[in-house]
Amino acid sequence: MSQPAERIVRVNGEPCRVWEMGSGEPLGFVAGLGGLARWTPFLDQLAARRRVVVPSLPGFPGALGHDRLDDLADWVTATLDLLEGAGLRGADLAGASIGATLVAEAAAFSPGLARRLVLVSPLGLFDEREPVADVWAQRPEQLLALLSAHPERLIAELTPPAGEDLVEWQILQLRAFEAAARLLWPTGDLGLRKRLHRIAVPTLLVWGGADRVVPASYAKRFAEGIAGPTAIRAIEGAGHRADLDAPEALAEAILAFLG
Amino acid sequence: MKLLWFHLMPYTDLPEDFAERYGSVWVDIDPKLFDARRGHQLYNEFIDELELAAELGFDGICVNEHHQNGYGLMPSPNLIASALCRSTRDAAIVVMGNSIALYNPPTRVAEEFAMLDCLSGGRLVAGFPVGTPMDTCYAYGQNPSLLRARYYEAHDLIVKAWQAREAFAWNGRFNKQRYVNPWPRPVQKPHPPIWIPGGGSVETWQWCARMDYVYAYLSYFGYQAGRAVMQGFWDEMERLGKDRNPYRAGFLQFVGVAESRAEAMDLYRESAEYFYGRCLCVDARFAMPPGYTTEATLRAKVTSQLAQAARRADEQKRAFSKPSFEEIVSKGYVIVGSPDEVAEQLREVATELNVGQLMLLLQYGNMGRDLTAYNTELFAKRVMPQLHELFGERWENRWWPKPLPAEDRVR
Repeated sequence: MSQPAERIVRVNGEPCRVWEMGSGEPLGFVAGLGGLARWTPFLDQLAARRRVVVPSLPGFPGALGHDRLDDLADWVTATLDLLEGAGLRGADLAGASIGATLVAEAAAFSPGLARRLVLVSPLGLFDEREPVADVWAQRPEQLLALLSAHPERLIAELTPPAGEDLVEWQILQLRAFEAAARLLWPTGDLGLRKRLHRIAVPTLLVWGGADRVVPASYAKRFAEGIAGPTAIRAIEGAGHRADLDAPEALAEAILAFLG
Repeated sequence: MKLLWFHLMPYTDLPEDFAERYGSVWVDIDPKLFDARRGHQLYNEFIDELELAAELGFDGICVNEHHQNGYGLMPSPNLIASALCRSTRDAAIVVMGNSIALYNPPTRVAEEFAMLDCLSGGRLVAGFPVGTPMDTCYAYGQNPSLLRARYYEAHDLIVKAWQAREAFAWNGRFNKQRYVNPWPRPVQKPHPPIWIPGGGSVETWQWCARMDYVYAYLSYFGYQAGRAVMQGFWDEMERLGKDRNPYRAGFLQFVGVAESRAEAMDLYRESAEYFYGRCLCVDARFAMPPGYTTEATLRAKVTSQLAQAARRADEQKRAFSKPSFEEIVSKGYVIVGSPDEVAEQLREVATELNVGQLMLLLQYGNMGRDLTAYNTELFAKRVMPQLHELFGERWENRWWPKPLPAEDRVR
């Protein structure tokens, strides 16, 4: 696997890592729960066709500053600062899980932010008749199987590279989980439903067919709320971490939509 | 030293196969197990027991706050404390405490504690716990990543509200109140003594030292498991240049007294096995909400030796098993014996851990009122006199309530 170029964007004065690889029209990708501690095959797939720009949200691996963010306004402002700092205003934007939540929120608050949107298993809605799983109340072994249809891949992703400080590596993972909880605890519902109509750009909703965190029916709920034209794609056999479970199929779905 | 009688108010009728059949005693405990007729009896019996302890001369009686919990039936300890203010005369009323980050606005706690201090004539100890993950994050939906910041702000607001000479505006990070001005104000000036129930976090020790508050380690796992934590606490006090005044520290210990050790082993087996085998059955998925433990404490937990011991205790808690009474006693969770044997062991515990505010659990699990009264009475009459003089005149207990003179208090 090749290595991305890396630069730093400051958000509230705190460093946030931005990875970049490939050439052509920019495509932003904001990762989901846990963030990205390393470059992945999924990103390689995207980078083969587009200039992929991957900013890290505050508190996720490569970025600090989640502890300054107290409410949705703080998070949306930080997301806008980060995406704009990464040069992504007006670009195609994709996000997964909590990354998709924030991309959608930022797009709803800031028209013109995204040319087109791809939301992969976004969190942010909650229907108590068909609740989103509680990712913060799981035993460790249950959590892996909840997030991924291929827990062994998740274990490999979470294994520290040789020479890495084990304590700091663990804290990196825990911090990313805390950052997500800081925004979405306890149900993930921050009122996004009331703002979806402000998303007027073409939007692809992608769901892992085996997503155990956000039920597949939520794709329809998002599609109904968004004002722009929407399409829904299911990725067979993929769990919540579709980027890990089916990197090629997910990249293919995204690139096909973006044309 | 001070000897305090602590009630958790456990539900006493959990089924024998609770651990096997039901997931958790906390957060999502099966509501069908609660019989309100039994609740009526239990609350009244439990208040009787606290009153008996006060009558028999315990220095303080303690209540605490839990939510959605089968071994702690006090979502509002202040309700129980208000009844105790009326029915007792001299004992300290130790509310251990109110989870101040949960209240909106937190000045509600300033008001209620001031009410209790007035009602009791200045006998209140104000406990301010952060609260467990189960109570705060899972039952009350508080954000674990914001909990501590909210806690510290709530504390600052309450303490200022008690002392301010005029109404003030509070424009905090989490609380905005244009006019803060609680009526009533506490009897004790500048405010009731503040005790902080805590786990083993370094920041809490440092904060207690800075604020000059009592740190109380309320573990259910006795003096052997508590040794490492209290050692860590005193090491930190030394590092910060604080004296070793034992009244800076509180500690909780389960006890069963009888005429002989054999009798104690016989009498307290059922209630101890009930507590450790049913009441502590908490689903591990509610143990670690992200952000509840600070990064500094996480680092300390994996690096320092002290914290490795604390971590073993955590793991013990998480890996639930039903211990036998022999195991419970040999690990020191419950101290049992004749009055002399118990006094001897507690003297050792208090001396070694250097704890001046010793809280005793003399009712636990499904222990009924008769056995509770027996345990309490034997302790008061034959153990307490052997311990009261410990630490003697050497240290001043600056953290004890200063009530109105007896003649000024309503009888």
